[in-house]
Amino acid sequence: MPSQAVLTADQRPAPRYVEDVIRAAVILTMFWGVAAFLVGVVIAAQLVWPQLSFDSPYLTFGRLRPLHTSAAIFAFGGTALIGTAFHVVQRTCRARLFGGEPLGWFVLLGYQFFIVAAALGYLFGITQSKEYAEPEWFVDLWLTIVWVAYLIAYLGTVMKREEPHIYVANWFYLAFIITIAMLHIVNNLALPVSITGTKSYGAWSGVQDAMIQWWYGHNAVGFFLTAAFLGMMYYYIPKAANRPVYSYRLSIIHFWSLVFLYIWAGPHHLHYTSLPDWAQTLGMAFSVMLWMPSWGGMINGLMTLSGAWDKLRTDPGLRFSVTAVGFYGMATFEGPVMSIKAVNSLSHYTDWTIGHVHSGALGWVAFIVFGTLYYLVPKMWNRPAMWSTRLISWHYWIATIGIVLYITAMWVSGIMQGLMWRAYDELGFLQYSFVETVAAMHPFYLIRLLGGLCFLSGGLIMAYNMWRTIRTETEALATQTQPALAA
Amino acid sequence: MFIRHETIEKNVILMLVLTLITVSIGGLVQIIPLFTVETTIERIDGMRPYTPLELMGRNIYIREGCYLCHSQQIRPFKDEVERYGHYSLAAESMYDKPFQWGSKRTGPDLARVGGRYSNDWHVAHLASPRAVVPESVMPAYPFLADTPLEYSDIAQHLRTLRSVGTPYTDEMIANARADLEAQVDPDRDPTAMQKRYPRAPVAKFNGETNKITEMDALVAYLQMLGTLVQFGDIPPDRLKQ
Repeated sequence: MPSQAVLTADQRPAPRYVEDVIRAAVILTMFWGVAAFLVGVVIAAQLVWPQLSFDSPYLTFGRLRPLHTSAAIFAFGGTALIGTAFHVVQRTCRARLFGGEPLGWFVLLGYQFFIVAAALGYLFGITQSKEYAEPEWFVDLWLTIVWVAYLIAYLGTVMKREEPHIYVANWFYLAFIITIAMLHIVNNLALPVSITGTKSYGAWSGVQDAMIQWWYGHNAVGFFLTAAFLGMMYYYIPKAANRPVYSYRLSIIHFWSLVFLYIWAGPHHLHYTSLPDWAQTLGMAFSVMLWMPSWGGMINGLMTLSGAWDKLRTDPGLRFSVTAVGFYGMATFEGPVMSIKAVNSLSHYTDWTIGHVHSGALGWVAFIVFGTLYYLVPKMWNRPAMWSTRLISWHYWIATIGIVLYITAMWVSGIMQGLMWRAYDELGFLQYSFVETVAAMHPFYLIRLLGGLCFLSGGLIMAYNMWRTIRTETEALATQTQPALAA
Repeated sequence: MFIRHETIEKNVILMLVLTLITVSIGGLVQIIPLFTVETTIERIDGMRPYTPLELMGRNIYIREGCYLCHSQQIRPFKDEVERYGHYSLAAESMYDKPFQWGSKRTGPDLARVGGRYSNDWHVAHLASPRAVVPESVMPAYPFLADTPLEYSDIAQHLRTLRSVGTPYTDEMIANARADLEAQVDPDRDPTAMQKRYPRAPVAKFNGETNKITEMDALVAYLQMLGTLVQFGDIPPDRLKQ
């Protein structure tokens, strides 16, 4: 059974894995994580105190919000995915990364260059205004080159594997890489106004553009933030729990049904808009169906812990990963509910959507990354464990409290906002002006800010713990070896 | 007919190809008919490409990320129609590259904001939102009124848009610069410009300076939103998709 192949100790000598790239990716992931949480806290504060843009063109909510989303999804999430993909593919294939150090570094650093170019663009107002696909044509072209290199490195490694079976984590990483390539190219087709200028006009317009954008946008969630992180789950949870994946058959069923169904769900972002009804209904039906493969993944992840649940008491890193899978299950239940047109008529355009996104992004994506990094850092730097287990526990609780504050504030404010918009008084007039609904949001925006601050603090605790793990032991090692050198 | 999953698991190229086929189906089924089914975009009168000034204003709207807090898509609900006006038609965004429907209403919908407020109100509100609406959480954009509009390459913008399908004529491209200037100068004869772009309002949108500023362009864009289609003239069956 391939799922056990990972866990059986092999007698053959392991190939010389590419590891410097992974170590760099781990540190960069932590850096981008803190950066993304920080910008998130800043824009959350701006919605409480709008003066915080200081009348500057570079600090408005409209320019900082894409900075926050891209930093979270592409910088934090993407760098974690590149690092872990390279780690997982080498270990599960027992093969050195195809292209070796040069290709590995090109992918990682090329991707960092993409992030910096995109981020500077947002601050200077260079944007396509397509959500999660904001970078302009020249940045998109660069990403395409990096992505092809990523695919070549990944595919090449799988092709020269020593294990006959391709381990399940690799199916998900591979589906992620190839699908993102397809979505990125189609959604970003554009013609620049001038070859030396930044502005371009897209190939699509109006209703078709909306459909293509949310076909892209929803599957950035489906393949970037879900499939790829499931790949992460399928390697690091069995590793940390020292148990095989619960069900091999369930892996197969939920993999194929997930990749088939997800791609249809885009139109649920466009309910009751000018998109034709047939497309909306298809989007809704498939979104509801999507609940099943999503929970297939959740069950497979959680049940892997069978017989190892006691580890949650002693390994707070694993606690992060398992809580992540729990949040994944919750968010993938909430999503189908919100995709039902009747529910969506209330939730759409409100903070409920923002809350939903964050239960996925903070609870699932960030938590699975935290769990993975807490496992990976000691492994990559040859340390017996993280510097402080206590601090991992602190991180866990402060981050969890942060998420709970965040999503409950957004549930209440979102549902309230939706209800206020449609409220009528006894004379048959709209009961609230729009600006009254804005004023009503104020206390919830404050609670959300508090939640964000908790989450950011957790990130800082983690960064400190990571730094001490890497640094302290090096110093200890250095003092140990010095006498030997002197002799 | 079934291939054993083991076969797929042992052949990465086969797995890659099968995955690509599996993820392509949904997109093909949902996207291609939108280009081929003729009723997707309602056939109604009134729609025209943006004037050069409106186009520049729209680009500022995009640059500032307005779509992150303001939708331009009125849903067919009683409260939305009462609050914002007739529900949005697909035809109304047919020249939008990219579409600006948005996904969040931190501020109100803007699909039909055109003509609802005066030019002066917009100028004051954009420069200092809380001076006009005390509860507002919108950032202030005072720099728009001071920044001269950069439009030296306006004809090239129209030409590029024509290459990707927007029906700008040779005449529109040749007169792009003059049309832009004519729309902010009430002293000039607007007849030729308005013949090319029916219902384009002419005004010194930003009355605080004689220069053409980014504020002029943005307000010109806001003031035309939702004003092109005359719903009173359209029989209801023409609105069917």
